[in-house]
Amino acid sequence: MNRISSYLVVAGVLVAAACTLGERKMTVAPELIDAALKGGWAASTPEWLARHTQDETMRLCTQYNNEPPKAVAATIEASARASIKYPADGKLIGDWRQGERLAQSGYGMRFTDYPARNPTGGNCYACHQLSEAEVSYGTLGPSLLGYGKIKDFTAEAIKATYEKIYNSHAVLPCSNMPRLGANGVLTPEQIRDAVALLMSRDSPVNK
Amino acid sequence: MCAALVSAPLALAQDATEAALEKYRRMLKDDPWSNPGLLDADRGEELWKTKLTACDLGKGPGKVEGAFAELPRFFADADRVMDAETRILWCLEKTGFNVAAFLRSPHPAGGQPVKEVGAIATYVASKSSGMKFAAPTAHPKEKEAVALGDALFNRRAGPFDFSCTTCHASDGARIRLQGLPLLIEPAAARKVIGEWPGYRVSNAHVMTMQHRLLDCYWQMRQDRLVFGSDASVALTSYLVANAKGGEISAPSIKR
Ligand code: HEC
Ligand code: HEC
Repeated sequence: MNRISSYLVVAGVLVAAACTLGERKMTVAPELIDAALKGGWAASTPEWLARHTQDETMRLCTQYNNEPPKAVAATIEASARASIKYPADGKLIGDWRQGERLAQSGYGMRFTDYPARNPTGGNCYACHQLSEAEVSYGTLGPSLLGYGKIKDFTAEAIKATYEKIYNSHAVLPCSNMPRLGANGVLTPEQIRDAVALLMSRDSPVNK
Repeated sequence: MCAALVSAPLALAQDATEAALEKYRRMLKDDPWSNPGLLDADRGEELWKTKLTACDLGKGPGKVEGAFAELPRFFADADRVMDAETRILWCLEKTGFNVAAFLRSPHPAGGQPVKEVGAIATYVASKSSGMKFAAPTAHPKEKEAVALGDALFNRRAGPFDFSCTTCHASDGARIRLQGLPLLIEPAAARKVIGEWPGYRVSNAHVMTMQHRLLDCYWQMRQDRLVFGSDASVALTSYLVANAKGGEISAPSIKR
């Protein structure tokens, strides 16, 4: 299957997924969930407890099985848009070599990663194909091979890519892709390195 | 199928672990006794016979045959639903076992043998091998555990916004090269849930379900799941309910 058609297949599957499972039927009391969560975790520092508290986006995506109705989707999208911060100097494209490094790295934020010995990675290869050279890639997300070429390296596409990585829900509410910028996994500077990986003519993505 | 989000053709690339797994599968075909997990089951049997002959896994004190197939279940004496591992720990506590020390480090590091509780669980599961999952769901607490597990399975949280469904609700997807089993579909769950505890080639030790769940929360960038907590039992209740009727083949060999 060539790249273009694989994009189409992905789009088709996303449309098919819109057959919607509908809203989750609440079969357990929220208090029971809260109690189980409280007793379920080994650490009880405020930082760790905060990880188990859902923000509005997580709550809505859970409630609607990741297929929010239009009005809810619009709310999620708007709050995702509002969350996006850009690098201070306004430059949205960084160093693709750094981008490749963070795309490879799944390090960081796991309970064995404290104190941190390395920078947190973006783990892009866990879910995406990005280069011909790396055969160990996951398929939870679409292949991004040739991404910049397909997007013609335009300035609009560079901005859109930055925003997608910063907060995936700004483009697809309840996306399965982590909100890497909004959740503080990656810094704006790291995100523009990832953008460079996707959107530079000389990056392995566009070879 | 609404659940399938994105699917892509499986790459033919195989990692070293897959090759090692193939080797183990061939060995097993020639000699079913070459499964290293059976050594742990033997160790578990010894432990059971020296310490736990009074332990009631739901079928009466000391009765092991077929007990695993009917777990998790509600235990009146503990007033809660328990899976095999949680129940074994509960029984061990009555013998003076240091539970607090165990809870600090309940699972083996890579290459280390599975700990006592896991070894006993391996033995207990092996005594239901060939039987089908039939956990009771008549008690309200048992129903509640399945529903709670369902809620937790779908609950998105943490810095990566993951729920279990992120990785286990699409068919044929992979994280890197690791195939992600579809766990929300009974037909798929029936194939894999009965394989736990299993000897995991990539870790070189037996891994139990409690350990498996801990590892998934690690990948989710969420906290360490407390061994035997209601959350851990509920997730197992949910998985086993999905796998109802599926055959138990523990200890298996996993990648
Ligand atoms: C846990 C899985 C996961 C991780 C990790 C992940 N993504 Fe994604 N990504 C997805 C999924 C699923 C989609 C498709 C749904 C969507 O568009 O939101 C996607 C979509 C995208 C898109 C849009 C593709 C298109 O067709 O326009 C881009 C660009 C992207 N990801 C880049 C990245 C980069 C760069 C990283 C790492 C810094 C990354 N992703 C990490 C799962 C992931
Ligand atoms: C970020 C991805 C990810 C998330 C999220 C995740 N898992 Fe997993 N899960 C995996 C991987 C990878 C494997 C191992 C696959 C392998 O070894 O081939 C796995 C394996 C399993 C298995 C064993 C299946 C088998 O093959 O026998 C179970 C059961 C399981 N996970 C349950 C869960 C539960 C419950 C949750 C949520 C609490 C969860 N997972 C969340 C990635 C994930």
